[in-house]
Amino acid sequence: MNETAQDQDTGFHTEDMTISVGPQHPSTHGVLRFVVKTDGEVISEAIPDVGYLHRSIEKIGEKVTWHGYVPYTDRADYLAAMFANQVFCMAAEKLAGTPVTRRGEFCRVIACELNRLASHLISVGTFGQDIGAMTPFVHALRERETINNLMEEICGARLTYNYIRIGGVGYDILPETCTRISEFLDHFEPIVDEFNRLLTGNKIFIERLAGIAVVSKEDALQYNLVGPNLRGAGIKWDIRRDIPYSVYPELEFEIPVGTGHIGALGDSFDRYWVRIRELQESCKIVRQCLKMLPKGPAISKVARKFKPAAGECYVRVEAPRGDMGFYVISDGSEYPYRVRIRTGSYTAMSIIDKLSKGIMLADLIVLIGSLDVDAPEIDR
Amino acid sequence: MEPSEIFARLEKQFAAKVSDFKGDVQEPYFSVDAEAILEICRFLRDDAELKFEVLSDQTAVDWPKEEKIQVVYHLYSYAHRHQIVLKVDLPRDNPTIATAEGIWKVANWFEREIFDLFGVIFEGHSDLRRIMLPEDWVGYPLRKDYVEQEEYDGISTQRAPLVDKLMR
Amino acid sequence: MQAYLDQLIQGGAFAGMPREVVYAIGMLLAAFIVLSAFVAPLAGVTSWLERRVWARMQSRVGPNRVGPQGILQWLADGIKNLLKEDIIPTAADKKLFSLAPYIVFMGFLCAFVVIPFGGHLIVADLNIGILYILAVTSLVVVGILMAGWASNNKWSLLGGMRSAAQIISYEIPAGVSVLMIVFLAGTLSMQGIIKGQGWAPWDWYLFHNPFTFAGFFLYFTAALAEGNRTPFDIPEAESELVAGYVTEYSGMRFLFFFFAEWGNLYVIGAVATTLFLGGWQVPPLAIFENSPMLLAVAQFVTFFLKAYLWVFVAMWIRATLPRVRVDQLMSLCWKYMVPLSFICLLGTVAFMFVPADGQRITSAAMFGLGVAITIIFFLRVGFQIRQAKPELYFKPHI
Repeated sequence: MNETAQDQDTGFHTEDMTISVGPQHPSTHGVLRFVVKTDGEVISEAIPDVGYLHRSIEKIGEKVTWHGYVPYTDRADYLAAMFANQVFCMAAEKLAGTPVTRRGEFCRVIACELNRLASHLISVGTFGQDIGAMTPFVHALRERETINNLMEEICGARLTYNYIRIGGVGYDILPETCTRISEFLDHFEPIVDEFNRLLTGNKIFIERLAGIAVVSKEDALQYNLVGPNLRGAGIKWDIRRDIPYSVYPELEFEIPVGTGHIGALGDSFDRYWVRIRELQESCKIVRQCLKMLPKGPAISKVARKFKPAAGECYVRVEAPRGDMGFYVISDGSEYPYRVRIRTGSYTAMSIIDKLSKGIMLADLIVLIGSLDVDAPEIDR
Repeated sequence: MEPSEIFARLEKQFAAKVSDFKGDVQEPYFSVDAEAILEICRFLRDDAELKFEVLSDQTAVDWPKEEKIQVVYHLYSYAHRHQIVLKVDLPRDNPTIATAEGIWKVANWFEREIFDLFGVIFEGHSDLRRIMLPEDWVGYPLRKDYVEQEEYDGISTQRAPLVDKLMR
Repeated sequence: MQAYLDQLIQGGAFAGMPREVVYAIGMLLAAFIVLSAFVAPLAGVTSWLERRVWARMQSRVGPNRVGPQGILQWLADGIKNLLKEDIIPTAADKKLFSLAPYIVFMGFLCAFVVIPFGGHLIVADLNIGILYILAVTSLVVVGILMAGWASNNKWSLLGGMRSAAQIISYEIPAGVSVLMIVFLAGTLSMQGIIKGQGWAPWDWYLFHNPFTFAGFFLYFTAALAEGNRTPFDIPEAESELVAGYVTEYSGMRFLFFFFAEWGNLYVIGAVATTLFLGGWQVPPLAIFENSPMLLAVAQFVTFFLKAYLWVFVAMWIRATLPRVRVDQLMSLCWKYMVPLSFICLLGTVAFMFVPADGQRITSAAMFGLGVAITIIFFLRVGFQIRQAKPELYFKPHI
């Protein structure tokens, strides 16, 4: 019971209301829960409660072989499974000194960037839906469906790919598939403009986003926000450029950052806008890769009984939800000694407690959507 | 700054509190005394030449043979583009360390996870509760000698292998 | 209706029966016919059409299985909901909880009493017709608040509170816009208002002067808000409040709320048509003179299509726009729409002193403006349609 001074004056008796947002709430995107204390519609505190999707992927890592763990990494973030594949394989290769074939690297980048398109489409689409615009969501998912079809051609799976293997990729990308991918890109690039006309330029949409849940640069560093959330706060940082891996140094692409041209720097609109522009950048990257795709084997020779030397490494890649890191320790045996997965959503989730103070209930939904938190990635 | 230079700088400042620098591995690391972790972290963050403004990752590793739990800090500096790994060895029977929450706020959630899965107590932590597992869970699953409780909330956690079921 | 009954009584059809009983039976019969033969299919077909229109806009298929093009989907949904278990939460206030859907339903249904579908096709041409509509549609808010409170659920309560605040606020611009037309027509009766206009667009109150032109959009926006339609659907905002005041409802009671919502759409369109768009007025053609039946049909079709146009526009808006926040909704109403509606009202009153010739010139000018706006609008729509990309379908070959 929370009586304020005002109440005593007027004789009214008011109480804060405690609401449980989730775990089965339409806009928590998976199984998340917030215990929200509100004064009417204004939130005084929102405490995140996670763990509903904990599958102990880190513990499983200690019980299966190096090759056998790749499919499990898919499940860490099933909207961007390719990246978890890639980062684990990179860690294993780094420990064992396994080379990756050049064609394999390009295949990886093509697959990853297509996956990034799919993941960002989900993110901006559901974000629109959270705010009440139904059509952009369906349009975004329609395009994602085409990407899923392409993925099915590339690796035979639509969601959990298990495509990137230690030493390269599981299957080569066929020439027909390359044609289809470029056909898709021709189709997709104008769609981004259409999406902007439909949703981004909408006055109501801008009013709902601009100036809501502003993340300052200091907060972004303190809470270790990564990926689009960090770039939305105005920090130009992208692992693809700043700690280069794979063939990214050979590719030309820009890194969109939040400018605060609408509202304040680091608000929800900036984070959303960074994602929209990353869609276009990913298209550019895939085009370049298709052009540069060299001939040769897609995977190098890797021992069936993969036993990297004892040691440890921490590898990071730029996943759609920011930097995804695998801290892998090998004791020289057939099984990893310890696998630690550090994900972007986990740290993004920890800032919600701070940002949610004083905003309205409807803005909490905007905040969750703009941070693009993804329940499986938080809980692992 | 190279990792060896970072270590040299720290050694000059803190002398015996940092030790065991390994520079010839993938991610160079050194060990830090558990008591000194706060002042070293604060120095790493605030020093103009080091400026590790980001706690990239914080986790723990269980080493039952050496009777220790290692808390690992991965630090990164956006300003200077360098990184370093800190390791703190804690006794396995009573792993206790000061919280880094006051230095990097993100440590709050990282430390909750370590507490949940390894049972490391972070002194001075503002909200040390289990995060992934239910409040009444017994044991710390990521420890190497963890044995799952047989029953949780009246539900058996054991399941007969599918083959046995079919054979019956 | 009453005149028709009088005619029958004089003809000796109900010999020996008191006049009041005949009236009562006649009215109930008329209500039954309107409800079962018109309102229920109307709301049902509107629900089907909305889903189809949405699906078309979102490059989906939509319900197309039950009946030709899925037009009987609403019947299937109705039967399904009838057969579902009616769950009343233990902690709910049972009486209010069960009563709420009916009150909402009644609020919207009563409005049909005074809607003029044609020159004679009206259940009762009350001399306070438009006031009556404003009054009975306010019953909806009582029902929604009741549902929100009685569910004993925090989401429902928030939805109910939002709804009450919203509907009561938007009554004001809607009411003032209506008042504008009442001033011009000099009557509150629905038929009287329609008779004050002509069949030609430049005789409509919409183009009467710039203030009524603005007033129409004020009315339509406010009516959307009163009907809880996007972009003002915050009381049942499913991404924020789960389902708002209907969270705890299931089965038939749940259906009643949506029945009311879809039916209400038509009421909004019908009132807008009556007030601003000339109602059932048809051109005085020669074939109508000796065939009253044909005239009635023509009037009904005209009115129905005009009203349904706005139902379609509401669907279109719903498929396009995001939802506003609750404080933005309130500031839109109190900061912009209420002052604007009063300005329009005063402007209309001032315009009534303009001589008839001047009024005719303004009507023509406003009509021209209206046509120009429509053309520009459709050019933009055409541009968007040309720019839109169809679905790219890859059949994965493996």
